[in-house]
Amino acid sequence: MATSDIEIAEHSLQHHFADMDQQKDASTFGMWLFLVTEIMFFGGLFCAYLVYRATYYQAFVAGSQTMNIWLGATNTAVLICSSLSMALGVRCAQIGKTKMMVVLLLITIVFGFGFLGIKGVEYHEHWINHQFPGPNFQFEGAEAGGVNPQNVQIYFSLYWAMTGLHALHMIIGIGLVTWIVIAGARGAYSPDYYSPVENVGLYWHFVDLVWIYLFPLLYLISKKHGG
Amino acid sequence: MSTEEHRQHVIPTSIYVGIWAVLMVLTGVTVFASFIELGDWNIVLALTIASIKATLVVLFFMHLYYSSKLTKVTMIAAVFFLFLLLALSMTDYLTRGWLTNPGR
Repeated sequence: MATSDIEIAEHSLQHHFADMDQQKDASTFGMWLFLVTEIMFFGGLFCAYLVYRATYYQAFVAGSQTMNIWLGATNTAVLICSSLSMALGVRCAQIGKTKMMVVLLLITIVFGFGFLGIKGVEYHEHWINHQFPGPNFQFEGAEAGGVNPQNVQIYFSLYWAMTGLHALHMIIGIGLVTWIVIAGARGAYSPDYYSPVENVGLYWHFVDLVWIYLFPLLYLISKKHGG
Repeated sequence: MSTEEHRQHVIPTSIYVGIWAVLMVLTGVTVFASFIELGDWNIVLALTIASIKATLVVLFFMHLYYSSKLTKVTMIAAVFFLFLLLALSMTDYLTRGWLTNPGR
């Protein structure tokens, strides 16, 4: 086992790095830099959210009250569980328990699909209730609350854009984890070389992180006043 | 080739499970708190809890606590620039109503 570990490491070391440590530091730092660009990418949407929420607060309250808070909370829990199995999977890669890593990453994928499934149920619900921005957008009871449906449409535009971009990241994340599972099952990783596992893990946790903010901002604006 | 002392710090499983438990409890707390009428403090509380959760994920699940100073500075810079983006944009949008009669 030790011999094969060293062989994996020697095959994996690119010529422009001095040793495996330098290569790993560079690759992890590169991943962090990518995540910084992702923060600014989502940041633009969060900024748009902030501006329109400040401008049309009552419409945002009315929109958020159509959200199913329990499905949202369940999805938050599902993502936190997926992050745990991902973190434990990376830990198994660190200490060379490749089989356990594969199992934990498969669990992560199951949680990922679970999240998308619940999200799909919510999307379906909004879709059949005409809560998708566009010519068929309808907002029942908005007049009663004195809220302009056009402003509620802005809330739903941001809701679909932000959760949609997040869901796209989840789909990409599931693809990346699948790649790690296949490569891991073929014995590509060892305690000396597991940078892809670490970096995909960072990506997965980042996507979890975005949801940690999306959940309170979109679902929990106000349960009592307004509307 | 790399030997044991070069390898990255391995965090005990108990810490990961502990962080997971705290994250789950905080999720429950934030849902519970949203049903209590606190006025403007609802959003402050919700974002504070979200930020505590995010910090725990970044520090432990993403190993930032054990990472190099360069990585830490990079992450702090990212948060700072996100803050700049949000704060400077809001200095525009939130103050547009201040001058209702420009020119007077």
